[in-house]
Amino acid sequence: MDSNHKPDGDRIVLTEAQKKRRRERSIAIACALGVLVLLFFAVTFIKGPGVLVRPV
Amino acid sequence: MSVVDQKAVELPPRISEAGVADYFALLKPRVMSLVIFTALVGLMIAPGHIHPVLGFIAILCIAVGAGASDALNMALEGDIDVLMSRTANRPIPRGRITRGEAMGFGLTLSFFSVMTLGALVNWYAGGLLAFTIFFYVVIYTMGLKRRTAQNIVIGGAAGALPPVVAWAAATGSLSVEPLLLFLIIFFWTPPHFWALALFRSDDYARAGVPMLPVVAGPDATRLQILLYTIVLVAIAAAPWPLGYFDWIYGVTSLILGAGMLVLAIEVYRHRTGSQALRATRRLFAFSILYLFALFAVLLLDVVAKAVAPLIW
Repeated sequence: MDSNHKPDGDRIVLTEAQKKRRRERSIAIACALGVLVLLFFAVTFIKGPGVLVRPV
Repeated sequence: MSVVDQKAVELPPRISEAGVADYFALLKPRVMSLVIFTALVGLMIAPGHIHPVLGFIAILCIAVGAGASDALNMALEGDIDVLMSRTANRPIPRGRITRGEAMGFGLTLSFFSVMTLGALVNWYAGGLLAFTIFFYVVIYTMGLKRRTAQNIVIGGAAGALPPVVAWAAATGSLSVEPLLLFLIIFFWTPPHFWALALFRSDDYARAGVPMLPVVAGPDATRLQILLYTIVLVAIAAAPWPLGYFDWIYGVTSLILGAGMLVLAIEVYRHRTGSQALRATRRLFAFSILYLFALFAVLLLDVVAKAVAPLIW
């Protein structure tokens, strides 16, 4: 694992590669959450707004 | 404070450089594709009607759940993956992702896949998906894999469950047909993986994994492959005379089964040299085609029956 980031006092300065990867991961998480929201929203049209209300 | 302790304190915190592709590799996309396909067949042959969006969600959740269990498997097997040439290029042995990150990723996806399937489709399917993940990770990976040569026989149940989960998603219940699909994959798993283990036995021996060729030797493994293939061919054909699937499936399963049997006999006969290696590789490759084709026939049959009334 490349850990060539350099501590700047008490702070850590990310390398450009680390910043790029973190941004990619953040976008992927955002997209996944967006898809999840859309799926739940779509199902409210199929099952009605009481989609999560059901007998146990 | 010792020198070692000082170094531990002075080391900067590890900052991940893992990309999206590394995390995607944790899901074992090639294995996932077979899971998606078998689950799709389970969903399509189920009676009744499931809304296409709910069907899509069911397949997506099953695929993500399967990928999550593979990520958890890699997190738990990072120490042996690094010792085997087949697995040394995975993200954890390469140092791209830590075992902790893979564990967190796998647990998160497991939670969301089970809860989404339960909440949006039905809790019966959600519960079965949770059991599948539990079986693969806890029973197979943590319990059986490093302890017994029967690891992939019992563990094969996890890989056989996706069409059952899909059927449960479509119907909210279970019946004989999904259990037949389960049995086909269950008995397909040993010949498939033992063929792989035969030509990768050095890898498994180096990693200390008690696969059958390592523990019982290649000859005993060849016999077991042949015996399991005979059972597989019989079980795969049984749904036709029993009346669950029609003749197109039955004839196809017999033709494909004959191919599996011939290759298993070749593996049993050729025990040394390049012929033996070629025979095991051919059986391994054909076994993938066998399962794919068997399930494809079931899918085509359903599609043909749905389309025929529109044409005639």
